[in-house]
Amino acid sequence: MAQASHSSGASNSHGSYSAYLIGFVLAVILTVASFAAVMAHALSPGMAIVVLSVLAVVQIFVHLVFFLHMNGSSEQYWNLLCFLVAVATVVIVIGGTLFIMHDTAMNMMSR
Amino acid sequence: MLGKLSLSAIPVDVPILVGTFAGVAIIGLVVLAAVTYFGKWGYLWREWLTTVDHKRLAVMYIILAIVMLFRGFADAVMMRSQLALAYNGNPGYLPPHHYDQIFTAHGTIMIFFMAMAFMTGLLNLVVPLQIGARDVAFPFLNSFSFYMTLIGALLINISLFIGEFAQTGWLVYPPLSEMQFSPGVGVDYYIWAVQISGVGTLLTGVNFFTTIVKMRAPGMTWMKLPVFTWTALCTTVLILMSFPILTVTLGMLSLDRYLGMHFFTNDAGGNVMLYLNLIWAWGHPEVYILVIPAFGVFSEVTATFSRKPLFGYSTMVYATCSIMVLAMVVWVHHFFTMGAGADVNTFFGIATMVIAVPTGVKIFNWLFTMYKGRIEFTSPMYWTVGFMVTFSIGGMTGVMMAMPAADWIVHNSLFLIAHFHNVIIGGVYFGYIAGLNYWFPKAFGFKLNEKLGKCSFWCWFIGFYVAFIPLYILGLEGMTRRVNHYNNPDWYPWELVAAGGAAIIALGVVFQVLQIYVSIRDRNLPENRDLTGDAWGTGRTLEWAISSPPPAYNFAVIPKVYGLDTFHIEKEMGRPAHGQALAPIHMPKNTSAGVFIGAFTFIFGFAAVWYIWWLAGLGLLGILVTWILRSANEDIDYYVPVSEVEHDEEVYSRRLAAAQAAE
Repeated sequence: MAQASHSSGASNSHGSYSAYLIGFVLAVILTVASFAAVMAHALSPGMAIVVLSVLAVVQIFVHLVFFLHMNGSSEQYWNLLCFLVAVATVVIVIGGTLFIMHDTAMNMMSR
Repeated sequence: MLGKLSLSAIPVDVPILVGTFAGVAIIGLVVLAAVTYFGKWGYLWREWLTTVDHKRLAVMYIILAIVMLFRGFADAVMMRSQLALAYNGNPGYLPPHHYDQIFTAHGTIMIFFMAMAFMTGLLNLVVPLQIGARDVAFPFLNSFSFYMTLIGALLINISLFIGEFAQTGWLVYPPLSEMQFSPGVGVDYYIWAVQISGVGTLLTGVNFFTTIVKMRAPGMTWMKLPVFTWTALCTTVLILMSFPILTVTLGMLSLDRYLGMHFFTNDAGGNVMLYLNLIWAWGHPEVYILVIPAFGVFSEVTATFSRKPLFGYSTMVYATCSIMVLAMVVWVHHFFTMGAGADVNTFFGIATMVIAVPTGVKIFNWLFTMYKGRIEFTSPMYWTVGFMVTFSIGGMTGVMMAMPAADWIVHNSLFLIAHFHNVIIGGVYFGYIAGLNYWFPKAFGFKLNEKLGKCSFWCWFIGFYVAFIPLYILGLEGMTRRVNHYNNPDWYPWELVAAGGAAIIALGVVFQVLQIYVSIRDRNLPENRDLTGDAWGTGRTLEWAISSPPPAYNFAVIPKVYGLDTFHIEKEMGRPAHGQALAPIHMPKNTSAGVFIGAFTFIFGFAAVWYIWWLAGLGLLGILVTWILRSANEDIDYYVPVSEVEHDEEVYSRRLAAAQAAE
């Protein structure tokens, strides 16, 4: 218990006002861009999905960096590591599932 | 008003269940009467039920695991005796409907409520002591996790007397588990019990991960971490990665059942095969969640009783971590026959075979630790050596089945059943019992009876081979799992042998009960008392550096760590006086919040199973209100005064001096 109370107050960086503002502006731009990509009807449906996916991934990183203050500093080390493990899990489980289920569907002619 | 619940849900027409109910009721009444007679209700409430002490919670987890072992083992005995009888026109004594419930109950209870509870119990008992911490990172969450596990176990066992058990096998595969084919409450009991205990397991994972990362004693860098704690860390990572998959998968199944959705149904776009994929994406890591801590136990036991440092500490750490990673990418080997193409099956087949490499590294590390050691054959060592032989055989049959082509022949046959019992009994169970024998004196201050422990080991060891080698043969002869009766004369003799094996194992269980009874009876005999805290005399890690049982705060002074096996080094150089002034110790207060949340969760789960929605709402409300009240409570900690710590220390050093004088 004694150690816990010492170490728990370590990560107190809540970011600066300007960082929040930059993040907010970036998030708005990315959101508007996503809507525009679809509503302008300038892209083929396949292309639109690719563009949306890229914008979504960038959006995730904007949130992580500007709102959740994730960076390479030592006090963020464990947060970053946990995040990377979470990403790895998602890649393994969803990627693996797509790999397996697509292959099975082709092989069993169920789709 | 009462949803689906009516008097007809109570199975008064099944004599086995009525008998069991009478038995459970009588035992329950005797226990309640005894607690009342000896006036122990206050003690039970203050010292145990409301505790947040990891050592007390560990004891309760392990008691739960042992009770669940009895339940699961009774199911096993019924299955084996049924199959020894139900040959050539004889229907046996268990009709298929009942038999299906029994094999489902056996698997569900043994994995979720026996093995998981036992594993969590060992983690609770040992990890904070090994890393020199005074409690876990979140003591109240620890109590809460225990109550979730307990309530899950209660809920699934209530189904024995009110309603039914699922008849689907322990992973409730759809479409059989969908409303269309399982309209009863069995699958609902399963879903809610497993979901509730899953919350507990996930939070235990969070708790112990944080504890190991944040609360290690000063100087304990990663490569100075005791091996059991390393395995505990890898297990918690696997819990964090895989249990959410289970929650989501069962959540989708419950949406199918409760709201008529179509995730896994045959029609309307459902995909049954997706369920297999998802449930095993959790299910395979789960196997390693169970066995990795057992590897940790063996590492501690071999080093202690060979009087040598563990051979290849760093390779042991790397092997554990590689097993952890590989455990996430092998799940297809549970369903090679589902219909994926050669590329999927080949990838997962090879990944599965690769796991044998780090596991082999571990086996050789244990062997080399024993090599030229002065081995003391205590009962934990018996279980360890028995494990090395048995687990190697199980591992090899596993590599056989990792070949998709070979797996197509033995898939879902008794060969598979023999294989996974070979690794789960030979690996997980032997490991946990080794751990129980090894750390019991730490928890209670007296040793378990060695002679009975060894008797129990021999019965389990021999009984295992007699019971499961025939199953390998039966599998190769084409007998599938979950068969209720059969006419093949070739199978009959092997079934009789297997039933004999179950009887030998039963003897092993009897010896274990006897061992606990005799040990408690003889606890004050001088040879059984552990006065020094270093019960085996050759302990290497920090848990042996404090008195047995440890005080609530574990360490009067947080130890400084300057090497692997610090305690061993200290003993070699003479125990140094810590020389530090004692300070008041900050500790968490006991809380009844866990008990109340548990009770409300039980109400919620039971009501959800039976569609009594107003009651489920009340249960949920109770959980929320208790949680808010607990969060608003700021009186959750206290300081142990220096005088009390001084007193404990004095008693301990006097005992230590007396023990050393007696030597």
